[in-house]
Amino acid sequence: MILLKIALRSLNSRRVTVTLIVFSIALSVGLFLGVEKVRTGARASFANTISNTDLIMGARSGGVQLLLYSVFRVGNATNNVSWQSYQDIAERREVEWIVPMSLGDSHRGFRVMGTTGEYFDRYKYRDGRGLSFENGDRFADLFDAVLGADVAAQLGSKVGDPIVIAHGLASFTKHNDKPFQVSGILEKTGTPVDRTVLISLKGIEAIHVDWRRGSKVPGWTVSVERVRRMELKPKAITAAMIGVKSRLKIFSLQRAINDYDEEPLLAILPGVALQELWEIVGVAEIALIGVSAMVVATSLLGMAAMIFSGLNERRREMAILRAVGAGPSTILWMLMLEAAILAVLGAALGLVLLYTGLWLARPYVDMAFGLYLPIDAPTIREFYFLFGVVVAGGLVSIAPALRAYGISVGDGMTIKN
Amino acid sequence: MERSKGTPDDRVHQAASKPAIELTGVTFKWRGGVGFELKVPEFTVGTEEKVLLLGESGSGKSTLLSLICGVATPSIGDVTVHGTDLSRLSRRRRDRFRADNIGVIFQQFNLLPYATPLENILLPLRFSPQRRARIDAPREEALRLARVLGLADQLVAGSLASELSVGQQQRVAVARAMIGQPPLIVADEPTSALDASAQASFLDLLFHQTSEAKSTLVMVSHDERLGVNFDRVIDLGTIVRAQTEGAA
Repeated sequence: MILLKIALRSLNSRRVTVTLIVFSIALSVGLFLGVEKVRTGARASFANTISNTDLIMGARSGGVQLLLYSVFRVGNATNNVSWQSYQDIAERREVEWIVPMSLGDSHRGFRVMGTTGEYFDRYKYRDGRGLSFENGDRFADLFDAVLGADVAAQLGSKVGDPIVIAHGLASFTKHNDKPFQVSGILEKTGTPVDRTVLISLKGIEAIHVDWRRGSKVPGWTVSVERVRRMELKPKAITAAMIGVKSRLKIFSLQRAINDYDEEPLLAILPGVALQELWEIVGVAEIALIGVSAMVVATSLLGMAAMIFSGLNERRREMAILRAVGAGPSTILWMLMLEAAILAVLGAALGLVLLYTGLWLARPYVDMAFGLYLPIDAPTIREFYFLFGVVVAGGLVSIAPALRAYGISVGDGMTIKN
Repeated sequence: MERSKGTPDDRVHQAASKPAIELTGVTFKWRGGVGFELKVPEFTVGTEEKVLLLGESGSGKSTLLSLICGVATPSIGDVTVHGTDLSRLSRRRRDRFRADNIGVIFQQFNLLPYATPLENILLPLRFSPQRRARIDAPREEALRLARVLGLADQLVAGSLASELSVGQQQRVAVARAMIGQPPLIVADEPTSALDASAQASFLDLLFHQTSEAKSTLVMVSHDERLGVNFDRVIDLGTIVRAQTEGAA
């Protein structure tokens, strides 16, 4: 025990360098664990975004692309699904429920999605949780809009406020002749729904009645009153979520949609598409893990360098220990013990940095990326990593420890400085 | 050559037949065999004898002490300490032997500066269970030794070694060498960093303690005035032949 005590005393006497080294290890450990947390957090958040939906249908493109634009509101659809095709599919026997989604407009940076009231019943996330309202109710009127939690929070909107929807995603053209009114605000879900403005499918049609091919027809304005009297029938939708009556029918329905003759369509199983997405993202993840592992290695090498450079000044210490009966191997163990202590301190401080960092960054990350990072106890995997850092710290210190061994054999009890 | 002045009790009689230190036909070379070479044809120190070795630096005193302490091993010849032939021991056993049997005092910088004097005094016990076993309560024994050497408990337990004056540090070094009563004390110019008055009182303490513990004392110095109270004063030049090959 006195060896440990001596090592601690010795470290304490060099606390400036020691603190710097411990910090560099802590930062690297914190970075590595942080990357790990973000990575697993992102995966979990993606995986939790859609649940209880058997198939997603859209125009034929890539499975990942369809998943991204329909569920995650990332990217755009290359094509639409005609209303006719949608109805053909909806009428099939296998279909228990189907909810259309119409994307393409925005409200101050937030995507606007046209759908039916059934969306609020059918959309499930995180093991089957459903949407609930914090305030107000789902859209009833043609010009009603429901806001996701983040939209409401960021814009400070309340139920009853008017909103004007812009055409396209980053556009200066606004549907300002047909303002909407907030009818309800959803509770926070941690999914892209938080960042979406939901209106009825008919509402989407209504604001586009006087538009043709993506731009307003000059000199032709249909008034709100007239629109209300019109029979609004959607011409096309972007995608649809489908629930199947029997799980056994999922694949046959998927095949039927993919083989649909009238229009090229694509149906995907969300889980399978998610898996494909991981395969793509996996490469970047590995790169990220690799880089942060390098940072850890660098900090440990820095520690070895520090121990190395300190050896000459510590010859007296070694001679004293030799004189009282320490063998060169004791000197070797003491240096390795020292390195292990530094690594332990670095790892522990790294954990502290990680959790402080998570705690500080969470609101920002949530706001900016819609990624809710969970703050929970370190996993077994992370403990293995921390253990690995300590072991690696001991291992890299073998080189300076061997050098110290050599010095103490050469110097013996003679103090050379 | 022997003229032991110790009290003729049993231990001395027994030890008289078994000298504390015995070097015969020793040749020491640095590894590789080039450069420095040191020969000690014969050198014996009796048990409980107090011997002063006189020699300037460069006369091979450090090497001689390293040989006695088992830190260095001769290329030829035997070094026997208290009946144990050090050259027959493995390096590990020699380290252990040193921990058990020898207390070492350096010229200066004896202590781990970042530890308390008390921790410094207790240090040898970590490496020698044998010395540890001779003491019931290490902490109390360390404080007692320090007190005898004129160091207050508060200073010994409550400050860092680096905060002590040189004289105080040297006395802590004596306490460390003496703890657990090792049979041999080796001191390398322990007084050279002290002023004249401090030297005398330091030597008194050292003598008193070694006599009380019935330890043998081998001290090296370049100052022959210190020789008054020693049993024997030996000029290093008469027992050691050091030569530097090539350089001379």
